[in-house]
Amino acid sequence: MNERARDVRPEKLVIAAGLSAKNYWHDLWRYRELIYFLTWRDVVVRYKQTLIGVAWALLRPALTMIVFVAFRGFVGIDGTGVPEPLFVFAAVLPWQLFSTALTDSSGSLIGNAGLISKVYFPRLIIPWSAVVSAVVDFLIAFGLLAALMVVYGFAPGWQVIALPVFLLLAMGLSLGMGVLLAALNVQYRDFRYVVPFIVQFGLFVSPIAFTTATVPEPWRTLIALNPMVGIIDGFRWCILRGQPTLDFGGQAVGVAVTASLLLLGVWYFRRMERSFADVI
Amino acid sequence: MSDPVIAVEGLGKRYRIRHQQEPGYVALRDLLASALTSPLRWIRRNGRPASNSTEDFWALEDVSFTVGPGEVLAIIGRNGAGKSTLLKILSRITEPTEGRVTLLGRVASLLEVGTGFHNELTGRENIYLNGAILGMRREEIRRKFDEIVAFGEVEKFLDTPVKRYSSGMYMRLAFAVAAHLEPEILIVDEVLSVGDMEFQRKCLGKMEQVSKSGRTVLFVSHNMAAVKSLSTRAVVLESGRVAFDGPAVLAVDRYSRYRESANEGVRSWGHGLHTAILRARLVDRSGHAVTDYTAGEPLRVEVTFETDGTAGLSLDLFLLDGVRQKLGMASSHHFHDVTLPKNAGLFRTVFEVQPLWLASGRYRVDLATAAPNVYWDHVVEDALEFQVVASNPGGLSYDFKQSLNFGAIALPLVSLPRWMPASPGDEIEPEPEYGAEAISKRG
Repeated sequence: MNERARDVRPEKLVIAAGLSAKNYWHDLWRYRELIYFLTWRDVVVRYKQTLIGVAWALLRPALTMIVFVAFRGFVGIDGTGVPEPLFVFAAVLPWQLFSTALTDSSGSLIGNAGLISKVYFPRLIIPWSAVVSAVVDFLIAFGLLAALMVVYGFAPGWQVIALPVFLLLAMGLSLGMGVLLAALNVQYRDFRYVVPFIVQFGLFVSPIAFTTATVPEPWRTLIALNPMVGIIDGFRWCILRGQPTLDFGGQAVGVAVTASLLLLGVWYFRRMERSFADVI
Repeated sequence: MSDPVIAVEGLGKRYRIRHQQEPGYVALRDLLASALTSPLRWIRRNGRPASNSTEDFWALEDVSFTVGPGEVLAIIGRNGAGKSTLLKILSRITEPTEGRVTLLGRVASLLEVGTGFHNELTGRENIYLNGAILGMRREEIRRKFDEIVAFGEVEKFLDTPVKRYSSGMYMRLAFAVAAHLEPEILIVDEVLSVGDMEFQRKCLGKMEQVSKSGRTVLFVSHNMAAVKSLSTRAVVLESGRVAFDGPAVLAVDRYSRYRESANEGVRSWGHGLHTAILRARLVDRSGHAVTDYTAGEPLRVEVTFETDGTAGLSLDLFLLDGVRQKLGMASSHHFHDVTLPKNAGLFRTVFEVQPLWLASGRYRVDLATAAPNVYWDHVVEDALEFQVVASNPGGLSYDFKQSLNFGAIALPLVSLPRWMPASPGDEIEPEPEYGAEAISKRG
């Protein structure tokens, strides 16, 4: 039907109520470079006009780690046969990744209101790139962990190959909760106050200062519902030569919770997305 | 004729207006409160907060038109006629409530110049970021990079953060990126009204070039000269409906007539809860409407409004320059403790502002009624646009222009500067003659 002198047939786009879903995932792929650019912007801007720049990405987890090591020392929690700083740092890393990614992604839509009301692109890109830029910080801090391992002469075992799995789980969890809260934030600004609470509360119910194994039974099952428990245990298991043995039941619960949060988050985000520009 | 490139059929967009003075979003607190106090009503309302003054507002209603390949179509209409909503739907920023649009080809839309520019980033970095946001590939940006830089005339400042750019440089760079998009369909909103004359000419040239290369352009403008010269066809929107669709010259004519008739008192800026600003005109001493303001004279803005007699409301006026930067404010309440009439009805007033030495260029006026410090009642952006043709603050032939970027308000001296001899020891003198001092330091 198209006989115009064009080497490619022009793309056809139909806009109507409720039709935006059709091209969505295709568009997400087409705009993939934008994820890169927004991530890059977030990372560059975060450290511009700061005195020590990227060193912040090292300083924050390092200080957190020192506080927790000292705390464990004061309270007299028994050693685990692994150098204490390594033991704590292996948990601080995923926790910091989660808290940064969650905080940034949940506030990302509001922070990019100008973009949302002036240009089209799949909105998922915004919280997504916030998560990716938190991963950049994570990777920098991971270098510090590697350095610590060299200092303590502690080589990881074969378990380390599973690390990407737990990294993906942490990303999936923060993306799921991040997009959910970001979408809710557009409609109800109350959720601005929910995120700091989640981050603060989560720090105490995640096994950073303690190990899951030391938690007595009825509570241990309950605590497994916190998906960060499985992720942090997983990180330790990978980095510390399988140190706390993997609790497969607990892991399964964690993965299920993460998956449901991710599905719920993306579903709600997609549902609300078409009205973002009108509401924000 | 071949298939239309843009086909708009029966397009409509409904907004729900809450006549409450709060932002568009709702607080969960209100939702919970309404759910707790009247659960049944809450369920029937489908979770929307109870509000007795919700009202449907159709920003667009039954809009249909088509645009053929290579055609340049202008959309004209008053503020609030639905132009921006139409462009937002065509750009996929917001969804229509009813109807459909079919677009054939790659679309680029430019609703604002410099969307996504980040102040902390350098010119170079912003070219990449903005290009990506507008839908360009990294490869494509790299290929056109030099061209963009040359077009924007920012070679020397490429590695300077854009927050240190002058507003003119900023606009040039931003437009340069947008001008190098290569879509089959280009959608442009009012970008031509910003920047200085030279910049505007450059933009017009670029748009002409785009349309000559066979691409389809759809643009919104208040600049009737641009509409006539760029487009062959225009659609006039009035209150969300297509009032006219035909040759640009006729459309401009029709629009101008409509504007005049609307000035007779038709409500088209909407209204607030208690008041409605209906009309604003720049007037001269004898009350006749004028389009130009003569710098150095009192600035007189005549405002017609309606009020329901609510006590304590203020009428405020904001003066903005061509890039919508606020220059100043006039307020009946804050400055003069005068509030709107306490009896309901239609009123007219003239705000007469002290003589201003505005630089030559374009200006806009925003008007608002407000309960001071509590809420805005009716805000009308761009209620008025006027121009200062020439500005000679000291009475010399030097024309002080907005585009010089020396500011929009000239500060002529009360008396001619006197140069008095001074020695280093004088610096601690408690009250120096400021006028003379400051000037002698520069010179």
